Order: sequence, then structure tokens, then C-alpha cells
Amino acid sequence: MILTQEQQAILNGEKGETLAKVMKTLVMYGDAFGAEKLVPITSKYNHLVTSFGLKVMSPVYDLMQQLLDAGVFSGQKFSVDPRPLDKNVPANFLQNFVFKNFMYTKQEFYEGQLQKLGLLDDDAFTCTCYMDEVGNKPEEGEVLSWAESSAVVYANSVLGARCNRNSGIIDIMGSIVGYVPYFGLLTDEGRKATWVVRVETSKMPEAQLLGSAIGMKVMEDVPYIIGLDRFIGTELDGKTTAYLKDFGAATASNGAVGLYHIANLTPEAKRLGESLIVEGAKEYVIDDAELARVQAEYPVMWKKEDATPNLCFVGCPHLSYEQLVEWTVNIEKGLQESGKKKVQIPTVLTAAPKVLEAFNASEYAPRLKATGVITSYICPLMYMNNPLCKKMPVITSSNKLRTYTTARYYRSEEILEIITKGAK
Amino acid sequence: MKQFQGRVITPGQVSAPAVVTTEGFNTLASFQMALQFGDKEVKCGDQNNRDLFGKPMIGKALCLPQTIGSTTGGLVLYCACAMHKNPACMLFSGPIDSLAAAGAVLADVWVDGVTMPVVDSLGDEFLAYVKDGMQITVKEGGIVEVE
Repeated sequence: MILTQEQQAILNGEKGETLAKVMKTLVMYGDAFGAEKLVPITSKYNHLVTSFGLKVMSPVYDLMQQLLDAGVFSGQKFSVDPRPLDKNVPANFLQNFVFKNFMYTKQEFYEGQLQKLGLLDDDAFTCTCYMDEVGNKPEEGEVLSWAESSAVVYANSVLGARCNRNSGIIDIMGSIVGYVPYFGLLTDEGRKATWVVRVETSKMPEAQLLGSAIGMKVMEDVPYIIGLDRFIGTELDGKTTAYLKDFGAATASNGAVGLYHIANLTPEAKRLGESLIVEGAKEYVIDDAELARVQAEYPVMWKKEDATPNLCFVGCPHLSYEQLVEWTVNIEKGLQESGKKKVQIPTVLTAAPKVLEAFNASEYAPRLKATGVITSYICPLMYMNNPLCKKMPVITSSNKLRTYTTARYYRSEEILEIITKGAK
Repeated sequence: MKQFQGRVITPGQVSAPAVVTTEGFNTLASFQMALQFGDKEVKCGDQNNRDLFGKPMIGKALCLPQTIGSTTGGLVLYCACAMHKNPACMLFSGPIDSLAAAGAVLADVWVDGVTMPVVDSLGDEFLAYVKDGMQITVKEGGIVEVE
């Protein structure tokens, strides 16, 4: 890798040993991909994936402390993934005890570290930092040092920014030195599609099921998706971007997709069309039968397969304002049809703190509350990530949550049916 | 014995029995429960990985195509190394992905006293040949011997 004089001086230790190690990390990381240079980060803000003060992750906090002790700070302010705890979310005495006394004992300490390192503000905890209400929304072509798989794939695909699937810690190291290695999704070549996916379903496919199918098939490759615009249109409005958020999260967690192109919709596909597809690209056809096959093959991790669900999470990744409104209306309608007043299973809708703030100021908030649904800023994945929750029959419309936990996946219409009419 | 030539991501020499997956290795899903709750064998917790689910990973030569999933993957791998709960080595049939590379590099630069050699680009034949339990030796220069 060819470094500038300034970069070489940092690597040589002229600005301290710790900064030299940060630079060495980025250079070795870039070398693994044949990167020939480091390029400046051009986004206003960064986004970090590590939001949780898990006792077991002590090596991460030790490393962060090394940075702080050496006076090494992020050059950018940043948002960070959701908090792992929220008292609004149902938890029994034992769960609360385990959360507070065994698992998340480092939460306060780590949040203190984040503040010193450059946290945007106390509400900047969400995986959907690109929501207008949150304000960390990069422009097309900007170079990022983000982590969080669902945010990276959204920034690349929907916003047209340029970011590799950086790991936690690498994310902040980029913004400490102000540069990232130039490879992969930062390059024009790396943004070309090596798969053509043809969507031939009879109706609009569920975003998180379609994303799962594509992620498992293409792994880390870039897919060019044809036929989806028939259902979701050719404009990036609120409904469509919410769909793409959920779709992308599933491609990234069930596979390793960092960028997708949707014909006639996403910015690069609109501008460059099928010239984005490399010669000899592989093909994957998705029809109703294929989606049914994918969903049927998800393993059921509950102890009793026919257990009655006792908790439902919707919002991994966090919901948009429009989605909160849509769920409110649909739940009201479902309850009306079933002749019930409240949801039949404790249900939590999650969204960014600032999105919730806007929602709570709307006419929909009291209507949703009246149905018995709880709203929260929590990370459902972190909530579920322990043996106590492992035993719980939790349902979700999130394919990401399904992947990492024992939560059982259902399509949104199935979730709606279960929570408003009761489980059979 | 069969020899394969790969590319060194992080150096080191080691000999260990293989555990093999031909599916993407989801680092967070595989390690999270084992690291959090002190599983000494560090059994793979990824329900979606039909090859590895429930199998011990600590001290094994982990043979895989690539890692997938959450971008916490690299720091999870880094933590596994810092806690001495890492595989003996990671051997990739194809080019390494950004999350595995980050984890390998972070461990190499920031963790003292732990060596986890990582070699990539060993070829599809490597993954077709190697089976669970086969003894693997990682030598200098990206040479991997499978007995």
C-alpha cells in the first residue's frame, strides 16, 4: 500500500504508539484486499456497531480505553447501534437480575467511553441512523467508515454512499485517522453485480423473506434484482425505503450482502442500468415456491414447537415513522375484526429514540397504546441474547432476529394475525 | 497427505484437528452464546449452520469458505482471541471477507500472546478434500498440509 507522507509518519509512530497501531491495523486490513491506498472519509458522521456494555466483551472496552488514555479520539461524531436494555420491555425478575448483574454490567462504563470518543448525543442509539429524524444520512458518493450490516447495505444501496462491511472497532479506527483502505465496495469495479436475481412472484414478496433468500444464495456478492420494481415502484419514497431497509437487513444477516441494485429504483441502477452486471453473472429466479421453500427450511429453535408465543418483537432493524403508523392502523383493524380490544400476545415495536419522539407526538401514539402494544428503543437481538430468553417462545417478523436468536420468524401478515387474534 | 497453497493473512504455524463448514460462517451467531456463558468447548451456536451447529471450535482448525452476518463479526473474533477461546487457525477456501480479515488483524495487532494463523485462497479443492477430524498443519508461507 502506498501511503502519503502524513500517513507514513503516523505508521512510523511520530504521533504516538497507539495511533501507529491504529494505522497499522488499517494498513493490514487493506493489504488483505490488495488496497493500494487509503482514501479520506467524506461523510459528516460515522456509525458504530458496538452499543452494548457486555461484561464478556471486556477486551473491546480495554482497547477503547487504550485509545482514550492515549488521547486518540474519533475525528467524526458518530451514532451507534441501539441500547440493549429498556425497562419498558417485559422482563421478569430473574431476567432483570441477570441483565443488570451479569450481562450488561459494563453498559454505563462503555456509554461513558462512547461519549468521550465522540458520540453524537444521548439519543443517537439506533441501527437506523439514516432516518431523517436521526440525521446521520450520508449523500451519494460519500465515503464512510461505518459498521452495522443493515446500515452499511442501506447506505450503499439506497443512498449510493460508499462503504465496506467494516467490522466493529475498524469502524472507529477509520474515523480516528480519517482514512479507510480503498477496496471492495469503495471502487466502481467492486460495485458491479455478479448475480442477476429475477423476482417472479405473484405478489409483493415479504421484504425480509426475499432478502433472506437472496442473502443465503449470493453470500457476499452484489445482486442486481430485476422485477421487484413491479411491486415497490420506481421512486424512493417512505414506504419503499422502509421496504428496502428490511430487505437489506435480511440480505446482510442471512448472507453477507453489502450492496444490492434494484432495477429502475436504486440510484446506481437508475443511472447505469444493466451495465452494472458483469459478464457471466450467475442467475437466481425467485418465485412463490422458492420463497415458501426458504421459509419452510428455517429451523424452529423452541423447546416445544407448538408452544404459545409469549412475546413478539417487530422492528429489527428499527421501524420508520411510516411503519409505526402502518402497524398501528393494521393492529387496530385486526383487533376490530377479531372483536378484541388488546393484542393477545405482549408485543414490542422498536424504533430509534428520535423516531419514537416524533411518533409519540402524533395522533397514532395513544391509538397504539390503547391496543396494548409497547414501543421501545431497545435492540431486540441484545435482549434475546441470553439463555433465559432462549427458553421463551418469541415470535418476530425480523429475519435478522431469527438468525441470531431462538425467535421464530413469521411474515408480517402472519404476525398481525397471531397478535390480534391469538395463537392457535 | 495433501498439501495446499494459500495466502497468509496473519502469520503463524500450528497443528490441529479440522472442523469444516461449506456454508458461510456467521461469526456472531457461532460465538455469542459460548463466549457469554463460559462454554469451555466454545460450541458453535449458529442454528443455520448445518455443518457446525453444536460442535466445539476452540483449538480446532476451522475450515470455511467465508464468514457472513453481523459486522460485530470482527470484534467477536478479536474477543475470542483475547479470551483464548479462538480456533487454532482459520483456513479459507476463497478470498477472505472484510469481517474475518478485521478480526484476524485486530487480534494480530492488539492481542499479546495469542497466535491464530489465518490463510485464505486455498481453493475449492481444499474444502472438498478436508473433513472433520483430519489433522491439519499450517506452515510458513501459507502452506497447509492435510493428513
